Amino acid sequence: MPRIPLPRTRGTRLTALAAVVLVVAAAVAVWTTRDTGPAPVRTQDAVVAMPAAPGSAEQVRIDTTTYYPERTPAPAVLLAHGFGGDKTSVDPQAKELAQRGFLVLTWSARGFGHSTGRIGLNDPDGEVADASRLIDRLVASHEVATGQDGAPELAVTGASYGGALSLLLAGTDHRVRAIAPVITYNDLGQGLVPNAAATAAGDAKTPAAGAFAPDGVFKKSWAGIFFSAGSGAAASGAPSSEAPEAGQETTDNGDTAGNSGTSPQAAAPAEGSGQPGGGQPGRAQQPAADPCGRFTPAVCQAYTELATAGKASPQTVELLRRVSPSSVTNRITVPTLLVQGESDTLFGLDQSDATARQIAAAGGPVRTIWYTGGHDGGSPGPQLRAKIGDFLWSSLTGEGEPGRGFAYDVQGTLRANGTPSVRTVSTDAYPGLGGAGTERRPTALAGPQQEVVRPAGANPSAVSGIPGLNGLAAGSSRLTPLFGSDPPGQSAQFGTAPFDSQVLVAGSSTVRLRIATDPAHPLPEAVLFAKLYDVGTDGSRVLPANAVAPLRVSGLPADGTPVDVTVTLPGIVRPIEAGHSLRLVVGSTDQSYSVPEQPGVFRVGLAPGGSLAVPVVPGASAGAPVPAGQLIGIGVTLLVGIAALVVAAIRRRRAHDVDPDLAGTPLVISGLRKQYPGGFVAVQDLSFRVEPGQVLGLLGPNGAGKTTTLRMLMGLITPTEGEIRVFGHRITPGAPVLSRIGSFVEGSGFLPHLSGKANLELYWAATGRPAERAHFTEALEIAGLGDAVHRRVKTYSQGMRQRLAIAQAMLGLPELMVLDEPTNGLDPPQIHQMREVLQRYAATGRTVVVSSHLLAEVEQTCSHVVVMHRGTLVASGEVGELAASSGEATFRVGDPAAAAAALKAVGGVSDIETEGDLVHANLDGMPRAEAVAALVRAGVPVEQAGPRRRLEDTFLQLVGEDS
Amino acid sequence: MNDTNGAGGVHTDPAALRELTELATAERTEVGPDGAVAGYRAGRTLRLGVELRRQLRRRRTQLVLAFVAVLPFILVVAFEIGQSSPNRRSGGFVDLATASAPNFVVLAFFVSGTFLLPMIVALFFGDTIASESSWSSLKYLLAIPVPRHRLLRQKAAVSGLLSVSALVLLPLVSLLVGVLWYGAGDAISPTGDAISFGDSMLALLLSTVYIVVQLAWVAGLALLLSVSTEAPLGAVGGTVLVAILSQILDQITALGGLRNYLPTHYSFAWIDLISTDIDWNNLASGALSSLIYATVFLLLAGRRFARKDVTS
Repeated sequence: MPRIPLPRTRGTRLTALAAVVLVVAAAVAVWTTRDTGPAPVRTQDAVVAMPAAPGSAEQVRIDTTTYYPERTPAPAVLLAHGFGGDKTSVDPQAKELAQRGFLVLTWSARGFGHSTGRIGLNDPDGEVADASRLIDRLVASHEVATGQDGAPELAVTGASYGGALSLLLAGTDHRVRAIAPVITYNDLGQGLVPNAAATAAGDAKTPAAGAFAPDGVFKKSWAGIFFSAGSGAAASGAPSSEAPEAGQETTDNGDTAGNSGTSPQAAAPAEGSGQPGGGQPGRAQQPAADPCGRFTPAVCQAYTELATAGKASPQTVELLRRVSPSSVTNRITVPTLLVQGESDTLFGLDQSDATARQIAAAGGPVRTIWYTGGHDGGSPGPQLRAKIGDFLWSSLTGEGEPGRGFAYDVQGTLRANGTPSVRTVSTDAYPGLGGAGTERRPTALAGPQQEVVRPAGANPSAVSGIPGLNGLAAGSSRLTPLFGSDPPGQSAQFGTAPFDSQVLVAGSSTVRLRIATDPAHPLPEAVLFAKLYDVGTDGSRVLPANAVAPLRVSGLPADGTPVDVTVTLPGIVRPIEAGHSLRLVVGSTDQSYSVPEQPGVFRVGLAPGGSLAVPVVPGASAGAPVPAGQLIGIGVTLLVGIAALVVAAIRRRRAHDVDPDLAGTPLVISGLRKQYPGGFVAVQDLSFRVEPGQVLGLLGPNGAGKTTTLRMLMGLITPTEGEIRVFGHRITPGAPVLSRIGSFVEGSGFLPHLSGKANLELYWAATGRPAERAHFTEALEIAGLGDAVHRRVKTYSQGMRQRLAIAQAMLGLPELMVLDEPTNGLDPPQIHQMREVLQRYAATGRTVVVSSHLLAEVEQTCSHVVVMHRGTLVASGEVGELAASSGEATFRVGDPAAAAAALKAVGGVSDIETEGDLVHANLDGMPRAEAVAALVRAGVPVEQAGPRRRLEDTFLQLVGEDS
Repeated sequence: MNDTNGAGGVHTDPAALRELTELATAERTEVGPDGAVAGYRAGRTLRLGVELRRQLRRRRTQLVLAFVAVLPFILVVAFEIGQSSPNRRSGGFVDLATASAPNFVVLAFFVSGTFLLPMIVALFFGDTIASESSWSSLKYLLAIPVPRHRLLRQKAAVSGLLSVSALVLLPLVSLLVGVLWYGAGDAISPTGDAISFGDSMLALLLSTVYIVVQLAWVAGLALLLSVSTEAPLGAVGGTVLVAILSQILDQITALGGLRNYLPTHYSFAWIDLISTDIDWNNLASGALSSLIYATVFLLLAGRRFARKDVTS
């Protein structure tokens, strides 16, 4: 019958139950933590037609998606996508905001995704006007919550291109109540054609104020990436991974929730580029051969001019100014959260710094966050996205905390797993907006004037990084050298002394340089690139954030007279460790910029008293949170463990059970029963008693329960019922009274790699009792192993081990010696000696319990016997009594019938039985000799006469049953 | 089988028997109030020194400790035979091993962390009770009597001592070898950061402590199996198998956050210490995870051993 093997004992069942409960609890915990995933967000797609230009009859179709929160009306957020993306690229973020409670509207801007029209780079009459019309629709839907003044609660956010749109929209549409532009530009002209050199020092007191000098150097690599993104090539300007955050645990960003990953953004341009066909009317389709892609002709022309000439014409400057947020920031008064990336070679910290200054001047409350990412470093992580959500919610509804005035992430050294350690420093206000300005520590720079060569064709060129891929290099300091090189002869270098203590650079350092042209080959204009390296104690140098400050210095006198300029280095956040120094490198070329191809030589030196002004912004630092939860868990675990041990110790300390009446009795067994797991009953109803000086034989066939009884006597197994008392003390596992028992049960137990002597010594050492009590010499002499005691036990024969084990049992001369089948494996002389040893030992007043399955053994060795069969007691008593009970005798005779008759004739003889050639009789006190004489007289030949062996009868009967 | 010495070689001298009888007659046994023979105290049984002697005289203990001490030399020889470029500043731990002594120690930990170190701990803990069972010596220890909880505790303590010795011996010898061959330079992390020799010593010390704590779960599981089986190989092998299984599951990224519950998930968190700016998060998680596993396993082992019927 099939049967499930259920655990039988109570202890096993409890353990199994506990295990099952544990597993189930763990599974539930895992599932509940996994299943807290938010409910799906309801969305609605719509394509909205709007005029291509104000007053124009031509229409563009804008592809939109609305994300509904659980409850409407709700505060609304317009979420604009980045350049090269479309509305699907912000889908995860939109869902996150909708789950936060916002009504979210996303759309593909003109020329992107499924929207038609041409890209005007956030033209006020194009993209910005589109967004205003989307607001009209949203407000008309009555799903937008309104504030106390009746105005809709409406905010705009977006990254990069979308961030600029939020600024431009806030500056033109008064219905926008809060904005959170992320990694965006203030002045697109300065973003694409920056110039970090100004003849006069700027007066801005903010930490990352850029020079924003006109007539800059074209950032050709980034511009190219963006232009191709707008032309339909599968390139994306948006960062694809998330930036590391403080306390971030996952090593791979792919694990963090809500990360859209690369695919939607990278796929979007390819999709939007219009695979031919598709059959969707109004879908943007451009012939791939058109170099202008989907840009408006004006933008295309400006780009073409920049890319070919490397310089911006006044028309281009005007175009870029018109589409830049700087044109409207003086009208923005709504709460603004500027999020800028510290790893951004496209739109650096100077861009948000300028926006912050302009909005603050207009009266708008500005908060700023610098995070570790950027166009190079990655998009905002979950913590930062939550902060943006908090800010928008608080600004629109007045509930919750908007966050502090200024917070910046400090990316420390890389950890071994590749993720950097990040901590956040925060202050109440962005320095320099009102109040005190930024502290700029003057740090002495040293270095002579040096000549810098620009090779013809500006090749080979210095490499400061690879746009968009710098984040990869930031993941490993060993990749950094590959991403940065300065060809020899092309740069001037100036160094500081090593810092005594860590300096946390936060913002743009400035330095005054003296630049001249070589009179031998005069050039009126110098294009140079300034970089600030962090130099380690071992000379390794790192260019923080791969940032480069390009400078174009015009009007250099042909006679070599120098011109002094103030160079604003890129805004960075970098802890310069103690022992590190800073090195300013001014080079003549850079891979990422458009450099004049004419060869030239420039002299670069420090202006008198020229020192590096290093910005520092002190604040409260919060790094990775102390792993408090884990530490508490460790404490709790240890406490639970200790508590369990204490409880166990208390339970063990239960007073042990003593019966003083039995203090002199070596062994009393009463009502003993042992049932093994599985149901087999090895011993039952066993009761007997052993007195001092006895040699008790436990006699029984194999499997009678002898060994089980002896094991219980030694506390190795626990009786199911009944008890064993030794000198009155109840036997429990480890009961101290066991120290009065010497034992040898079921084979020897020696460490095979040690000698016999070492085994006995270590055994005695383990008892912790004084060595002089062991009587090693005497015990070893009893074993009689001779020189073999020095050999390893593994070389011993069975008999030798047996003798050594009995010697071990004798160590300390125990009052009760328990030996299980001691003569097994011994040869007859040894058996004989063993008998004598045991009898003489008992004669000293001590007690010996011997088990055996051999009757003769027991008869010859023991004074008393207990016969066991199938776990129960069959007979017990003195060996002699049992062996020859009250005068019965057995005669082996030639003629049993005649013998029986002869014995019957003798008076007093009774109970005559014949059995083969044996005749049993009860002589009742008559000596056997007389009976033999009587038989002989009757003419019966007597072969043998002796006491009748009832014990043997019984025993043989038992064994016979078994066999 | 006949006695190898013959019956004449192994016998009891009648004089010896007489001596014993006289001694036994003369000596009266004194008994304490708890029923124990005078001189016996549970707290003095199987002292650490005794158990340590029992274990240290075993060939497997000597071999393991010797192997751990020789391993750094084998590694050096491997690097000497192979092509190595000194003073490299890039690459993984293996590439950086010859950069300096601390890097060499890190390498030794790194190469032994997945298998060797868990196996050593599993060997010392898994073998300790099971081998006594297999030699039948356990019952004689318990009949001394060494109280069961004490037996388990003393054996666990000695196994712990031996495991810690091996775990300390490895970095110590590696450091010595590293200083002799590669000099006491800065530690270079795989990210290229340089950590001064002094700081790296502290980091390595903490790493060793962490590894000891992290392997506590192995010790707990091995001890639990050791009291549950009479085959030492079963206890040691079973533990190593569980460790390997955990490492295999940890490779399956599809399990995501569930992997955090695997006992080996944080086994290499000590690498976070080889850094100029230490993030304690994973270290704390690893210590917690290991301690919880170890506590559960150890308590189960204690409970099981206290109630078990010793039949071997």
